[in-house]
Amino acid sequence: MRRFILIAVPYIWLLALFLVPFLIVFKIALSDTALARPPYLPQFDWATGLGAFLAELDFENFVFLTSDALYWKAYLSSLQIAVIATLITLLVGYPIAYAMTRAPEAWRPTLMMLIILPFWTSFLIRIYAWMGILSQEGFLNQFLLWTGVISAPLTILNTNVAVYIGIVYTYLPFMILPIYAALDRLDGSLIEAAEDLGCSRLSAFWLVTIPLSKNGIVAGSFLVFIPTLGEFVIPSLLGGSGTLMIGKVLWEEFFSNRDWPVAAAVAVVLLVILIVPIVLFQRNQQKQAEAEA
Amino acid sequence: MNTSMLWVATAVALAGTTAFAQEVRVYNWSDYIDEALLEKFEAETGFELIYDVFDSNEVLETKMLAGGSGYDVVVPSGTFLQRQISAGAFQELDMSKLPNAANLWDVIQDRTAQYDPGNAYSINYMWGTTGIGVNMGKVAEILGDDAPIGSLDLVFNPAHMEKLAACGVHFLDAPSEMIPAALAYLGENPDSQDPEVIAKTEAVFAGIRPYVQKFHSSEYINALANGDICVAVGWSGDILQARDRAAEADNGVEVAYNAPQEGALMWFDQMAIPVDAPNPEGGLAFLNFIMDAQNMADASNYVYYANGNKASQPLLEEDVIGDPAIYPDEATLENLYTTTPYDAKVQRVVTRLWTKVKSGT
Repeated sequence: MRRFILIAVPYIWLLALFLVPFLIVFKIALSDTALARPPYLPQFDWATGLGAFLAELDFENFVFLTSDALYWKAYLSSLQIAVIATLITLLVGYPIAYAMTRAPEAWRPTLMMLIILPFWTSFLIRIYAWMGILSQEGFLNQFLLWTGVISAPLTILNTNVAVYIGIVYTYLPFMILPIYAALDRLDGSLIEAAEDLGCSRLSAFWLVTIPLSKNGIVAGSFLVFIPTLGEFVIPSLLGGSGTLMIGKVLWEEFFSNRDWPVAAAVAVVLLVILIVPIVLFQRNQQKQAEAEA
Repeated sequence: MNTSMLWVATAVALAGTTAFAQEVRVYNWSDYIDEALLEKFEAETGFELIYDVFDSNEVLETKMLAGGSGYDVVVPSGTFLQRQISAGAFQELDMSKLPNAANLWDVIQDRTAQYDPGNAYSINYMWGTTGIGVNMGKVAEILGDDAPIGSLDLVFNPAHMEKLAACGVHFLDAPSEMIPAALAYLGENPDSQDPEVIAKTEAVFAGIRPYVQKFHSSEYINALANGDICVAVGWSGDILQARDRAAEADNGVEVAYNAPQEGALMWFDQMAIPVDAPNPEGGLAFLNFIMDAQNMADASNYVYYANGNKASQPLLEEDVIGDPAIYPDEATLENLYTTTPYDAKVQRVVTRLWTKVKSGT
């Protein structure tokens, strides 16, 4: 019995916080927009039952998404931004995680603390701070002008460059921590063995360290990629009007068009796209758990 | 109302009758009140005031249509108010609790009645125009002293915009105001509901799109005041606040506002009480407080917007009541137009066009 309850907990969690909300969104995606509170019809209720709801069932909101190039362009553009941002985060995060494992044992808790420290400030405030840093009159331009590297201020804020900076900055800890965990577990004697057998330090790194930290790399990449794909706050605050991301399109459907059914359909499609990486991520985690067991 | 909504509503209602009975929650536009008035309201009425802000009608409308917002007073603009009234989002005002309504100005009441027949659901807070704010020094430097700062030609003519792009141009991120402006520039009816006429504005926006730095509805106040940008299409009082902030900072930036000669949108921000307000009594108390002649005059003197309160006019400062950018003279008033709400189909055309303008897709 106790075992059953233990197993049930994560499933109840999944049911209450994922499946039920998803079904509500899916149901809205099947309704039609209307001038009402809330602004869609039919509003399924238990009194009239399933029958009335099914009678009017159609998938026109999903069909609508295929009729306008905006939607698939936004999905593609989001995918592109998420992939590039994940790669940059990996390139920045890996050396940091590596350096942390090389640091003296006594420093590591402090270094770990420094990685986590930014979370003590609200995410929104940190993004606002970046607006101050990146603007035309901001710290970065002032500094570069002062050092003489540039002669006219760079336009960074309100471009995709600012979006990448914001995403890499925000999600960096999610990349560093799993890689650090993987590297920390790495047996140093394996590297010594590789070097004894004639590997240079660099090839030992490529042939031993990187493959053995693969799980950390994969886990970190998914932890960055998955939330980035649907990211809304960073592109809307740091990005320009030309930054096309599905999170912003969803916002516009929901707020400007007041078309909750189409907004819900956009969200459902986004989730379907995300299911592939989420499943891959789960597999990776499972394999890792099995390898350790 | 489905079951989950019912639970939220019940929770809000219960909270409203117990712990928060003495709270009044107001949701108003950003930079839109003298904050001293908020403390005065608390001192006079004993209510605890919770004051939140927004910068787009769309955000407010979504909260109203979702229901259970928890606010007692909200401030939608005319066309949005009209649509939300028909969706059943507001409650009729109990005029017996609003003795200060006698202070309201019939000229404005007549105009707001087209959105809220009989003014049964709302009172006018402030009204203004949508026009052009310029940094006088920078624009004169770029386009010369005869720059058309009083005309839509300044912001819709690619020849001017190409030169202005270097010093920064912001547009409102409000299609329901920008599209009528582009229609006025084309000589069409700004209130056109015809998708084919509306589509004509796409070419206007396409011509100047590369030169617009940002579409945003509140950042331009600071950006104009700091000299980060030199032109903004924005709301009258916001640009006048930028003028004031620049003057206070004494940073050499001189900001001016003009309602374009081709015609300018006249809009009305109306205070209303949501149908599910937890504390409608408190909401009415706030409305009555704000309609007091002195309070309304203080608010206008602070934010540089005209109000719909006749009795407040003798109490307004000369640079408010005497400024034709705030209280337009007869000739300018003739030149102002109002708009009506788009229906769902036209709304989609408008939003889609706007997305295309902003993102190029």
